[in-house]
Amino acid sequence: MNTMKQKSSENAQPASAERRRFMSVAGATAAGLAIAPGVMLVEVAHGRPEDQPASSAVRWGMLVDSTKCATGCNECVSACSTENGWTPVAESKHPKQAPQWIRKLELQDPLTHHETNLPMMCQHCAEPPCVDVCPTGASFKRADGIVLVNRHTCIGCRYCMMACPYKARSLVHENLHDTQKPDVPRGIGCVESCTFCVQKVDRGDGTTACVEACTAAGHNALVFGDLNDPESEISKKLREIPTKEVRADLNLNLGVRYHGI
Amino acid sequence: MKRLVALGAVILTAAALAWAGADAPARTGGAPKPVIVKAVKGERCVESNEFMRRNHMKVLNHQRDETVIEGIRTKKFSLKQCIECHASEKTGSVAASKDDFCVSCHSYAAVKIDCFDCHSTKPQGSMAMHPLNAESAHYAHKLAATAGSKISAEEMAKVAR
Repeated sequence: MNTMKQKSSENAQPASAERRRFMSVAGATAAGLAIAPGVMLVEVAHGRPEDQPASSAVRWGMLVDSTKCATGCNECVSACSTENGWTPVAESKHPKQAPQWIRKLELQDPLTHHETNLPMMCQHCAEPPCVDVCPTGASFKRADGIVLVNRHTCIGCRYCMMACPYKARSLVHENLHDTQKPDVPRGIGCVESCTFCVQKVDRGDGTTACVEACTAAGHNALVFGDLNDPESEISKKLREIPTKEVRADLNLNLGVRYHGI
Repeated sequence: MKRLVALGAVILTAAALAWAGADAPARTGGAPKPVIVKAVKGERCVESNEFMRRNHMKVLNHQRDETVIEGIRTKKFSLKQCIECHASEKTGSVAASKDDFCVSCHSYAAVKIDCFDCHSTKPQGSMAMHPLNAESAHYAHKLAATAGSKISAEEMAKVAR
């Protein structure tokens, strides 16, 4: 009996050592995958199967190079309205209350008269004030950092519009009479804002309508990508050039960063 | 002669009764039954008709939370997929006229739905069906901007067509 026990434990010893070796190899392989995030994270970012939820391994972000943003160019705004189905403000019967997901700003330094152009939209904060104040939980941040409004629970109280330091949100005041895009439901009595073209992101396009339009117009002022992936174009650019957050004093950790402001 | 009149009266009464009898079921039938048109696309629904009639609201509610909050966009039970198959051939919509798929039953059952306050009732790629949608409006806006003039709704509709 004793000998048998001895034997079995002897047998167990090398087996467990082997298992340890195997585990360490497996661990190294897994670590190797993690070390090469170019492969893994791109897979997560662009090839997410439709039955998988958005993952916090990704954080979507945008870089705006205001030195390349052209005066008078409105391509990003038009592309957004076309993609998401909101009527351009100039077309609206009530321009003061027309929804606006993205708007072009032209700023001038009063002393030097230096002009700066930039698009302003939802900054997709990591600590969004709109989410803090929402009484129904309709305003929320998705796992991949996109700040959205759940229109099923939005009651249209507009607290989030007041809380947003970037004036990024609008309320739909009027019935839209079935003019919505099938991919972008939106309706009367709900607050809405830039979604980073969540329908495109989920489709795996890995870009947004405004970025596509800016690139197509040849300005290349906008870059969209995964901030968590050190090998993504946006992460490389952010390492290279100095960028700022708008109202950095609020400490909201923004997903949109500006160069040249 | 008396007999003839009596016979005539009997015949008339019988005819009147028969006529009334033929009319009776329609009068006691209540509201007109919903028109359920077979889906334009697709062979069969994602589940059996019996299951869908009882549970479509449950599966749609479940799916909507998963899609909005988590970003899961599976096609089975997605409202967009329902519309894709069930949009009527006539109106291109599931809720534009009273015989369209969703409205037909919901008005019969007197259950008001607000899905289509926000969701489009038409499938993807049916741009021609909404002459005043943002895409065409935007296109008209661009034309107006280049021409430096305002454009009317009628003109916009024409441009879209």
